Amino acid sequence: MRLTCPLCGDRDRREFTYYGAEDYLHRPAAEAPLADWDGYLHLRDNPAGETRDLWYHEAGCAQWLLVSRNTVTHAISKVELVAERKA
Amino acid sequence: MRYSGLKVFTEGLFGNKGWRPAWRDPAPKAEYDAVIIGGGGHGLSTAYYLAKNHGLTNIAVLEKGYLGGGNVGRNTTIVRANYFLPGNSEFYSHSLKLWEGLEADLNYNVMHSQRGLINLFHSDGQRDAFARRGNAMINQGDDAVLLDRDGVREMLPYLDFDQTRFPIYGGLLHPRGGTARHDAVAWGYARGADRRGVDLIQNCEVTGIDIQNGRVTGVQTTRGAIRAGKVGMVVAGRSGQVAAMAGMRLPVESHILQAFVTEGLKPVIDHVISFGMGHFYISQSDKGGLVFGGDLDFYTSYAQRGNLPMVEHVMEAGMTLMPMIGRARVLRSWGGIMDMTPDGSPIIDKTPVEGLFVDCGWNYGGFKAVPASGWCMAHLMATGESHAVARRFTLNRFLTGHLLDEEGTGSQHNLH
Repeated sequence: MRLTCPLCGDRDRREFTYYGAEDYLHRPAAEAPLADWDGYLHLRDNPAGETRDLWYHEAGCAQWLLVSRNTVTHAISKVELVAERKA
Repeated sequence: MRYSGLKVFTEGLFGNKGWRPAWRDPAPKAEYDAVIIGGGGHGLSTAYYLAKNHGLTNIAVLEKGYLGGGNVGRNTTIVRANYFLPGNSEFYSHSLKLWEGLEADLNYNVMHSQRGLINLFHSDGQRDAFARRGNAMINQGDDAVLLDRDGVREMLPYLDFDQTRFPIYGGLLHPRGGTARHDAVAWGYARGADRRGVDLIQNCEVTGIDIQNGRVTGVQTTRGAIRAGKVGMVVAGRSGQVAAMAGMRLPVESHILQAFVTEGLKPVIDHVISFGMGHFYISQSDKGGLVFGGDLDFYTSYAQRGNLPMVEHVMEAGMTLMPMIGRARVLRSWGGIMDMTPDGSPIIDKTPVEGLFVDCGWNYGGFKAVPASGWCMAHLMATGESHAVARRFTLNRFLTGHLLDEEGTGSQHNLH
């Protein structure tokens, strides 16, 4: 598996650290109900097919990446910078 | 047909013409008292114990592929009860006891081999932690022996004891640990359930779960609708998709775990050896192949195959631990889809939908749990109450904080 980092280009999977589902980008407010925190931390759609998840380019630009990926084929369709997406 | 040594002998004399299929191939009925989604190890053992322990025989197992075609046929066959935490400890202890009587109970040779399992440690701190774990195992009624370096050397002289990164300080021996023939476990339970009247329905994919007024009423399948007042979801890595049919999200991520086997060799590794610091474990199958594996690839996947970086890592760890295997040729590798929970422990519980039950979250340790998982899931489906040894495997423990974090690494999806 290789990922194309928007800053560094096409790189080996070993350079990246997987973090988890896109859910981690939607952090509840501190006073949100417990169920919201449970959803954010634990509950997952866990799709077989297209998914979006967070990877960290640890051995490269140290940017957080939002990767669109197929969990059945391991094909990667899009890699975005989390920093730019939020801006 | 009852299997026996005499039967094998007489069949051999008469050309083996008397063998019959081990189970029927029935068409699905329109209604059952209960259906189990998933014909793997856990689903089949659930069906078996529903029939045997609770007298429920008007039940069906629905399998989208063939029986035992998922993780029960894709694992590394290790059976052990070396858990520490209350909640896990009594459950795996119960499972090991069931393993020890399984062949007689099923009248099926599952080739359960209690060859001993050794967990290596590599520092004073790790030795103390293992001593504590061994005491917990003994308190639970199971067996554990703390070996020092010489003790390990006597049993496993071929390890590299002086490797610079992780020198071997000793090991925790679990003499009753070992292996079993993975497919035979699925087949034995399938045959046992079938003989008690359970319908095992293959090539039957569940496409929907019918719910009325908060109560499950049946399932839609590729072979028609089936009504049932009780439905058990026992689908391991596919738990997310099946639960979604009931409108639920589970605390489960599906990850890929790879395993490897070499060509058949003469007996060389007599035990199961676990080298946790290197993420490597190994045993030798009765056929002679060295069966070994490592850690997850660490990204969600349903591909049933992994990537090369983890292959390389596992091979390096193996060579670090026992350089003697370097010239064995790897015959094949494969991946299983692991239903990972945030704390690394399983779930056997009711769901918010009445009559709908879930058994999932077996992480990378589902094989040894097959007997007790079925035992406890059957108890739950038959009585509506959790079994005493599975009481802490609750679905909502992440919300309430009643975690079972055996590794002590935390309760978050990327930590186990």
